[in-house]
Amino acid sequence: MAFQDTQKRGIGPGLDSNSHSRKENRLTPRLTPLPLPLPQSFLRLSPAMNSAPSKLYSDDVSLVVVLLDTNPFFWAAGAGGGNTSPHHPAATLPFAKFLNHVIPFLNSVLLLNQLNQVVLIATGVNSCGYIYDSAGGGSHGGNVPAVCSEILRRLEEFVAKDRRLGKGPDRVVVGGVSSLLSGSLSLALCYIQRVFRSGALHPQPRILCLQASPDGPEQYVAVMNAIFSAQRSMVPIDSCVIGVQHSAFLQQASYITGGVYLKPQQLDGLFQYLAAVFATDLQSRNFLQLPKPAGVDFRASCFCHKKTIDMGYVCSVCLSIFCKHHKKCSTCGSEFNQSPPDASATSDRKRKVSEV
Amino acid sequence: MAVINMAAKYKTTVKEPGIPGVLKMSEEKIIFIPNDPRSAMKLNVDFRSIKGHKFSKDGSKQALLNLTQDSEKGGGYIFEFDKFSDRNVCRDFVGKVLGKFQAMMSSKQNEQPVPEKPAATMHGEQLSTTEMEHRMKLLREDSELQKLHKQFVIGGVLTESEFWATRKSLLDDDAQRTSKQQAGFKSAMLADVRPSTDGRTNKVTFSLTPEIIHQIFAEKPAVHWAFLNFVPSKMTEKDFWTKYCRAEYLHRTKNSVVAAAEAAEDEELAVFLKNDDILANEARRKIRRVDPTLDMEADLGDDYIHLPDHGILRDGSKETVDAENDIARRTLSQDLNRHAAVVLEGRALDVELGDTRTVAEALARSKQESSAETSDEKTNQERLKRVSRMTEIEDLQAPHSLPYAPLCIKDPREYFDSQQANALKALGDTDARIKPIDCSLSTEEAYIYLMEQISEVKVRGLNNPVVQPEAALKVLNGLNQYLSSTKYHLGKNPQESVLDRLPNRTKDELMHHWTSIQELLRHFWSSYPITTTYLYNKVLRLKDAMTQIYHKLQETKESVQSDFRHQVSRLVQPMLQALDAAFAHYDTEQQKQYNKGVSKPNGFVQ
Repeated sequence: MAFQDTQKRGIGPGLDSNSHSRKENRLTPRLTPLPLPLPQSFLRLSPAMNSAPSKLYSDDVSLVVVLLDTNPFFWAAGAGGGNTSPHHPAATLPFAKFLNHVIPFLNSVLLLNQLNQVVLIATGVNSCGYIYDSAGGGSHGGNVPAVCSEILRRLEEFVAKDRRLGKGPDRVVVGGVSSLLSGSLSLALCYIQRVFRSGALHPQPRILCLQASPDGPEQYVAVMNAIFSAQRSMVPIDSCVIGVQHSAFLQQASYITGGVYLKPQQLDGLFQYLAAVFATDLQSRNFLQLPKPAGVDFRASCFCHKKTIDMGYVCSVCLSIFCKHHKKCSTCGSEFNQSPPDASATSDRKRKVSEV
Repeated sequence: MAVINMAAKYKTTVKEPGIPGVLKMSEEKIIFIPNDPRSAMKLNVDFRSIKGHKFSKDGSKQALLNLTQDSEKGGGYIFEFDKFSDRNVCRDFVGKVLGKFQAMMSSKQNEQPVPEKPAATMHGEQLSTTEMEHRMKLLREDSELQKLHKQFVIGGVLTESEFWATRKSLLDDDAQRTSKQQAGFKSAMLADVRPSTDGRTNKVTFSLTPEIIHQIFAEKPAVHWAFLNFVPSKMTEKDFWTKYCRAEYLHRTKNSVVAAAEAAEDEELAVFLKNDDILANEARRKIRRVDPTLDMEADLGDDYIHLPDHGILRDGSKETVDAENDIARRTLSQDLNRHAAVVLEGRALDVELGDTRTVAEALARSKQESSAETSDEKTNQERLKRVSRMTEIEDLQAPHSLPYAPLCIKDPREYFDSQQANALKALGDTDARIKPIDCSLSTEEAYIYLMEQISEVKVRGLNNPVVQPEAALKVLNGLNQYLSSTKYHLGKNPQESVLDRLPNRTKDELMHHWTSIQELLRHFWSSYPITTTYLYNKVLRLKDAMTQIYHKLQETKESVQSDFRHQVSRLVQPMLQALDAAFAHYDTEQQKQYNKGVSKPNGFVQ
């Protein structure tokens, strides 16, 4: 590990005088000649798992992809439109205040390490889009206020576009409208994959999901696919749920990918939650205790009655679950030709125990 | 098998003629009554004073059974039987009883004054001794099983047969396992076939048992071949072995001149002294048949012999081949290697070791068979096939894709939508205040509101401070509290479980309770529906045992420290639920019977 430390010091560009701009440094990272020859395996990335942390880059550099939920129905519900309860999260935390917590959080992530990157993706009701990428060259210098204005500008454009794309009914029930979590997860994972393929030097990516809307059941398969691919690429998905209810998708996502799931109790301290729990990089998480939910309910529900079961029958073709024996699988149509031992038959069987 | 009566003769030493009489053995006593009523040699011995038993081999002159009391002090009773079968019956019985005593004593409880009730007698089941010993062995090896056995069978809740009824697989498995193991050759032959020299005379005595002879034939094919050819045509077996031992002696003394001289005189002796040609041929053949696709590179990392400071340097220049004498100079390592090779090949022979000639012939036959199987041509073909398979260039070949049927989902909507509703329902919401309130909004309004909010931020800018200090403090305190509570530690480390954090005693108690409850419930549920009195009584017994355990569980729960109380009650919860379900079932069945019982009950007593 001593070898590692010297490397870190050698690469960090912060002390050099001829490069102030963060962006420039990242594009041309400086490599000091290494004192020991590295075995080839360190530098070779296996094709399947591109995300093996490369030892040449400092371990605490992170790329945080933040998925911001801009479901207008959720946020507007807190504004007193209709008969919302005063305990609705959007009432205690209207969207403006929410942005007031999130944007400083993004800035603080960028401040933690010069090489950190932040990407902001907005999750709308009809579309998703990239809002801000700290690595992208802007016409401005690296000034912090510019970040804020750029984000706000782009957000406005995005919401306008989202509204234009909307083809839904004019009046909707708030609880039923969900944002396109699967879409934004896919956008995030695509960006991360591009970062992986950009070379051996890249920060360690993770996804932070700020979720306000309820889960949409129609996105179940797409979200699960995204979660599994995140798991495969070893990208943790952190979730901060600001919505009304817990999100089953995100609980499972955080559990499987090794991220943190949190539903903050106090929304006016949201920034503190974000800074204390979600700002830490992956390397430091080994030494920290971060909140984990008391339990994740993984129980499956049967396909015939939709109730959660612990033991059931599984179709060997499509893996759909049933609570009692069927002759034919209702999902894929395959026929089951073996009849199971019937419970009532056992009692009729002759007893083998010797009786007096 | 509770009592055995057998005609036997009692002796105090082996040489005595013995006093004829009748030997009665029960599980508790041994009684010997001489035929002659005047004789005073009556015996009445408590079985527990007998510590061991010895017996003479089947086929020896006397069928003796020696019951020893104490291995140090000696003292015992010797009985001679007329027939070996009689003696064997008695011996098995004694063995069984001693085994039972041993099992009892190895249990941690104080020794019970009354030995185990032979539960088998209750049902008149005949258990063979091997069965009995088998069960003893299983109990001895598995202390958990023994605890259960002690608790239930000796406690009278379950009978022996019921206990073992569910464990048939254990009993069967064991029997199968013991018969499958083959013993290899002993390595002792390499060192131990030393001649015993008589210091006074110049005689050297070798002792060769059939086992050793068998081993010699397996390891030295030249000797085997010589035996087949020379005996009995050229010399007798005794002569053969004399010559062989002489050769061994010469070899051991490493006296090559004498060996050469003797070899020149006696051509048969020369066979033993020369290099083993057959072996050499076999080795050459094996080398030719080595798999060409063997990856020697992979073993390079294991080669520690050529590292510095490792292994023994072999200087080939020091070894001279004595070209004149064709005398073999076998080294110990060669012997060891040959022995190891033979052991790994396995014992091919099942013939009883008796007559040397038959052994030799059988060995020759088996060798012939094995060599016939591996004809050179077939092996060559196989090798070629293998080579072609290993050297295939994957890039140049079409992908091997197995035919698969694509998944077709009949009703996609139903499939995709089904999971979600339940996942949400199952989660529940800890925050009861917020109920899923649905209000309806107009789309237009919603979007307009959102835009307004964004503009507001633009105009006002970001807050300073971002968050109020009091709110931040509350958040931090809340997080800290959450993280430090024991509830949090659940599920953090997948390897660690709540059980590990409990004190050992509680953990063991809980585990024991769990296994006992499982055992009881298994028997309980299998007894329903109740059709006979026997089952009814059994259920009653089981119910009493279950009630006892129920109380014990409650006690355990209360005795735990307060931090762990919650977890322990969560652990204990399923056990209590299972017991409650059983009790409820019992009560409903009772109720039903009671209601039905006004009319004739069907064959059992209420």
